[in-house]
Amino acid sequence: MILTRLARSGRAGVALLAAGLFAALVLPWLIYPPVALDIACWALFAAALDLLLGFTGLLSFGHAAFWGGSAYCTGLIALRLGLPFPVAVLGGTAFAALLALPIGYLSVRLTGIYFAMVTLAFAQMVYFVANQWRDVTGGENGLQGIPRELFGLDLSDPFFFYYAALPLVLAGLFAAWRIVHSPFGRVLVSIRDNPARARALGYPVERYRLLAFVLSGALSGTAGGVFAIGHGFAALDGLYWTTSGQVVMMVILGGIGTLWGGAIGAAIVVQLQDFLATAGFDGSGIVTGTLFIVIVLLFRRGIWGTARHLLAARRTAAPPETAEPKPRSRVDAPT
Amino acid sequence: MLQQAFNGLVGGAFYALLALGLAVIFGMLGVVNLAHGAFYMLGAFGAFIALDSFGLNFWAALALVPLLLGVAGAVLERLFIRRLAPLDPLYNFLFTFGVALILQDLMKRRYGVNSQPYPRPPELSGTVDLGLFTYPAYQVFVLGVSALTCGAVWLVLTRTRVGMIVRAATERPELTRALGIDVGRWVTPVFGFGIALAAFAGVLAAPMRAVNPLMGADLIITVFAVVVIGGLGSVFGSVAAGFAVGLVSALGNLYVPALSQTLVFILMAAVLLWRPAGLFGREEAYR
Repeated sequence: MILTRLARSGRAGVALLAAGLFAALVLPWLIYPPVALDIACWALFAAALDLLLGFTGLLSFGHAAFWGGSAYCTGLIALRLGLPFPVAVLGGTAFAALLALPIGYLSVRLTGIYFAMVTLAFAQMVYFVANQWRDVTGGENGLQGIPRELFGLDLSDPFFFYYAALPLVLAGLFAAWRIVHSPFGRVLVSIRDNPARARALGYPVERYRLLAFVLSGALSGTAGGVFAIGHGFAALDGLYWTTSGQVVMMVILGGIGTLWGGAIGAAIVVQLQDFLATAGFDGSGIVTGTLFIVIVLLFRRGIWGTARHLLAARRTAAPPETAEPKPRSRVDAPT
Repeated sequence: MLQQAFNGLVGGAFYALLALGLAVIFGMLGVVNLAHGAFYMLGAFGAFIALDSFGLNFWAALALVPLLLGVAGAVLERLFIRRLAPLDPLYNFLFTFGVALILQDLMKRRYGVNSQPYPRPPELSGTVDLGLFTYPAYQVFVLGVSALTCGAVWLVLTRTRVGMIVRAATERPELTRALGIDVGRWVTPVFGFGIALAAFAGVLAAPMRAVNPLMGADLIITVFAVVVIGGLGSVFGSVAAGFAVGLVSALGNLYVPALSQTLVFILMAAVLLWRPAGLFGREEAYR
């Protein structure tokens, strides 16, 4: 099934997939291993968000709630129960899905800019709860000393931990890919493009949106859980709205609706931030903010999107005027 | 208890001023301005810098800082926001997010994360006897001024020709244009005005709240919740919800301290369940 699908996507698709896998495998040889792990986590987070933004047409500005929420839950499971880290990450994933259910239920009633505002507000609520519930979350200090336990194996070396955690991340990415290419994913795209028609065809639009939201939240949770284990702590930062903004930036930089583009965006942004931190520059917001503005103003198609566009233009004699990929909302706000 | 209610109203005054600016900008441009909190923060810093470097007192700052930042906002609209306006409104949302990040970190680099002191204006340093309890004069002043400002904006919007044009352009831009009114001409001043309101709130906040680069970041999200509660795109709803949320969270703080920060979001969830368009919003505003 998967193989036939792969074969159908052509030789270029297989080559790209192989290249991507290869890159994921050699990454910690090329760069500082903890940074490699950050890239892997953010890549999954970006793919999870793109599931919602690019394929369902909903911009969530509150995904930090699932990333950070799962980080806390994963950390607590590993710390208090001492379970092996994959189990803890799965627990965090389940928690993120549970958290996404009520938030999604309330948020999918709105679309477009309103959806973004409401998800942002709910994520901030989660942030405040974590900040106040000190007994569980450690408040400002966060959770520290989260163990990396896997049946007695010593994973304290970030190089080895990268390979221990990579299967979880790849499984998450695979899940995102499967969802997008399933019949369910096709319905999501049709809802994105024309919700009224999808509704007329008998699809319960809100329920599809909600399920997409929960799946996206769960995968964000997987990413956040691995991130927490990899760093050995869960902090309030992860729940803050700048985290939500950062992952949105990665998706747009890579290309909305491309799924893999987010990984490129993640690699660039994480590397840039690592570079700024090593250089001792403390105003990384100035750089990321500028990058954000430049992308939004001049580079809305993103890297992967631009490459795809150029390829498509070369293949056809007359370059087609493809519309700019925009996160479509059901109805644009009054202007 | 009454005093706590009064505290709530004073807090609500800031919500109301910020929500009002957001609502006016949103109505006219369809832009949700994520940098609104950053301009509020700049307003407070403006007051601090005016006193610290130029020796200008509170009253001069209250007049000058909103004016300057309003002009800065107008320039921002002319240079960037206008270009993104024809696209999906989400792009402007993201653009203003970038602006907020930059402004915040610029101030953080210059002034650090510690709070800067700002004295109360000497004219308002005493207390006022309100009959049932005495209250700091400055807080009474804040409440009065913001209520007056919101009232004045309301009058301008409902009773003047300018207000009529703005309201018409908000509700039916194409039709207003078809009636021969140059809608585009009003967009920049309205954006500048919304920013000026945020800066005004910032200057008002300087003597009673900690002046630091992060003061606007948390506040703005709460104001978003306020705007959702009041009704998206409803100017009256935003102001009313601003004061109401201030009042309710202060009283909530009294009875259930654990919920002090989250109460507003619980209110928002309840409103979304009951009336997704908000208390004063029209259904079509969000559908």
